[in-house]
Amino acid sequence: MTEPVLRITNLSVGLPRGADRAQAVSDVSIAVGANEIVCLVGESGSGKSMIAHTILGLLPPGVTVTGGAVTLRGRDIATASEAEMRSVRGRDAAMIFQEPLSALNPLKRIGEQIAEAVRAHAPATPRAAIRARVDALIAAVGLPDPERIRASFPFALSGGQRQRVMIAIAMANNPALLVADEPTTALDVTTQAQILALIRRLQSERQMGVLLITHDFGVVAEMADRVVVMRDGRVVEQGSAEAVLTAPRDPYTRALIAAVPHARGRASPNMRATPPLLEIEALSKTFTTRQGWFRPARRVVAADAISLTLSAGETVAVVGESGSGKSTLGQMILRLAEPDSGRIRFEGRDLLALRGEALRVARRRIQIVFQDPFAALNPRQRVGEAIARGPMAYGVPKAEAVAEAHALLDRVGLKAGAADRFPHEFSGGQRQRICIARALALKPRILVADEAVSALDVSVQARVLDLLAELRAEYNLAMLFITHDLRIAARIADRVAVMQQGRIVETGPAAALFAAPEHPYTRGLMAAMPGRRLFGGLDAPAPEALTA
Amino acid sequence: MRMLAGLAAWIARTLAVILVIASVNFALVHAAPGDPAQVIAGQSGASDETLLRQLRAEYGLDKPYPVQLATYLGRVLRLDLGYSYRQQRPVLGLVLERLPATLLLTGTAFALALGSGILLGTLSGVRAGRWSDTLIGLVSLVLYAMPVFWLGLMLVLVFSVQLEWLPAFGYRTVGATLSPLGQVGDVLAHLILPVLSLAAVYLAVYARLMRTSIVEVAAQDFVKTARAKGLTRGRVIRDHMIRNAILPVVTVAGMQAGALVGGSVVVETVFAWPGLGRLVFEALSQRDYPVLLGIFLVMSVLVILINMLTDLLSRLIDPRIAAPAKAA
Repeated sequence: MTEPVLRITNLSVGLPRGADRAQAVSDVSIAVGANEIVCLVGESGSGKSMIAHTILGLLPPGVTVTGGAVTLRGRDIATASEAEMRSVRGRDAAMIFQEPLSALNPLKRIGEQIAEAVRAHAPATPRAAIRARVDALIAAVGLPDPERIRASFPFALSGGQRQRVMIAIAMANNPALLVADEPTTALDVTTQAQILALIRRLQSERQMGVLLITHDFGVVAEMADRVVVMRDGRVVEQGSAEAVLTAPRDPYTRALIAAVPHARGRASPNMRATPPLLEIEALSKTFTTRQGWFRPARRVVAADAISLTLSAGETVAVVGESGSGKSTLGQMILRLAEPDSGRIRFEGRDLLALRGEALRVARRRIQIVFQDPFAALNPRQRVGEAIARGPMAYGVPKAEAVAEAHALLDRVGLKAGAADRFPHEFSGGQRQRICIARALALKPRILVADEAVSALDVSVQARVLDLLAELRAEYNLAMLFITHDLRIAARIADRVAVMQQGRIVETGPAAALFAAPEHPYTRGLMAAMPGRRLFGGLDAPAPEALTA
Repeated sequence: MRMLAGLAAWIARTLAVILVIASVNFALVHAAPGDPAQVIAGQSGASDETLLRQLRAEYGLDKPYPVQLATYLGRVLRLDLGYSYRQQRPVLGLVLERLPATLLLTGTAFALALGSGILLGTLSGVRAGRWSDTLIGLVSLVLYAMPVFWLGLMLVLVFSVQLEWLPAFGYRTVGATLSPLGQVGDVLAHLILPVLSLAAVYLAVYARLMRTSIVEVAAQDFVKTARAKGLTRGRVIRDHMIRNAILPVVTVAGMQAGALVGGSVVVETVFAWPGLGRLVFEALSQRDYPVLLGIFLVMSVLVILINMLTDLLSRLIDPRIAAPAKAA
């Protein structure tokens, strides 16, 4: 084998004093060959991002390499000076990040941001040559209309387009190594598939080495030549993708793979013939935004004659990509957004006609858990109070509400004493449990979960989903589960409704829908699912076809 | 077409705001005890009832309040700001005569405060936690805590009285015959100390604000992207951090530009600078209501104009402000 592009040997990265462990990365050895995709897998806090930042010399202040070597194209860069690193960054190794929304400078035109990357390593390039290079890069990452893209500001592009721009910037100087840190985690499933395909194409065209960091074994199955699994700063297993995926040796790897939800659809229990708890009929909503003085107003159809029912004890997953209107649907059910037309009946009453006290009483019965567990809790309010406040607002005596809050925290699996702590003392998964407890404190009939597990690591995700399933049975809850991830929908839902551009294009029992999707859009979503060959639905070939 | 409509709407809104301000000013000034007739009569030495009545009739002070207000607003719309009892001159002429000196003083102070504030704040922010950051923070705090008049007096004491480098007061050297260039230099020399006194507090505020903003921006992903491109540290700061960090400073500076004119009252008094601020002080002690009202109005118009400029500037800096928010 030829000398790899990147060779990390016995790397240790030290954290500043007072961190939860002394080393972010301990004794890690990884090699990435030219023309190879290596996936670095692990949950948040496993140290995988630290490795990416070490390679580019972008470690945060206070975090330092304490041992080992990082050799890029035969040159040791672990101890290189800032000036040396500057010539490496963007030229020998380039990096793309998770969040395409914040990774681009919001105040600079796209063209300038790409041109800058070219100019940084070839300052003498004439203007015309730079412009030609920028246009070529824009075309290479599959963006249309270079003229328009060049002149655009980041806010005018979609998440997928921004990630393409990031890739164009990374490709500007034909790097030997591309470090991609969770490049598709923030994207919805079809965009994810496109970006992964783009990375794969560029990789083979340019014979690049790619270090792809991810927590999603679906992505691993889709992309990896070799896999490195990390936990708590150490490598627990590495090997060829086939070996690790089909015959994982380490128990942690096995647990991670087992936690990946399978898109098979659970067999739904026979639904009792109860009258539906929630009936939605022909619900429509259009957002109109004014575009300034010269352009016509922009109209976005968020809901177009949506009809849906939800019975007690039933879980309906609403699946769609960002912008499909699925979150707006949830907000309309909570009366946080008002529909333009249509009807919502809750427990037989017209929910949209309720005003004042009647609405307040009804609201209690429909609760929501939001996507971002960090933003959903008041950072200055103790957790117990956050939970007890709800019932207290409906007249429950304080002592009783607090006792109930303690019981609920215990029920969702948090330790005693959690009630007296502040949200920042908890991890993402724990916070989402707090949010669930907060919602349940009001004894709702319906729980709307708006991407409630999308921000969580896969194994945490699995445990929160299990908790929701238990609670659903205990409280006889009806759940409306809004998600962009088909695999999650398959795991939790009895019925699935697929949304596209404000319309429900297909609905049916989960098992049947995943086994035989009818609508082309649903089929497209299924096809875009990463790693579907390994974890996928009925049309997935047997695992031995993986090497194909 | 829509742009014209937008402009017309803006002018109508601005006029309405000016009229409301004028009414409030008028009400405030008239709520103060005593009336100008008493003051004039008192100063002329004779204060018998006939003279007072005569004066009140002459200036329309005997009419009911709403009539006085309507008369005043009508005059404002015709750009007639009234007549100063004390100075025996039209207020508009008086104000316009003093305006350039104030604009020169506050404009220079504002530019200095904003420029140095942004510079020091950036230096401080990119060196957060190091000794230079601490030093800049300390200096800012001292400048911020110092009363303007005291700072003015101390500057005079050091630079005019002790060192005799700079003139202590006034706008130009009285009685000197100088070449045109020499005249400019003379005004500049007179300008330095008042500008420093006026700028100090604002400089400190902008430096603190810019530092916080820079520290916040430094943690953003796009700064990491810029570094990952292989840009030099200077380029990252100049091209990516400052422009993103500057917006809150511009917003606050725009709001404070009005207060700066108010702050000039003290500085102009300390340095005998012949501007609007000193005119306010004089008019206040002489109960020269038309002059006071005139100055208040001119300052209000200035503040409105500055706000408009700030809005335009913010739009130039951040393209997202001009664009509509995306629907959820």
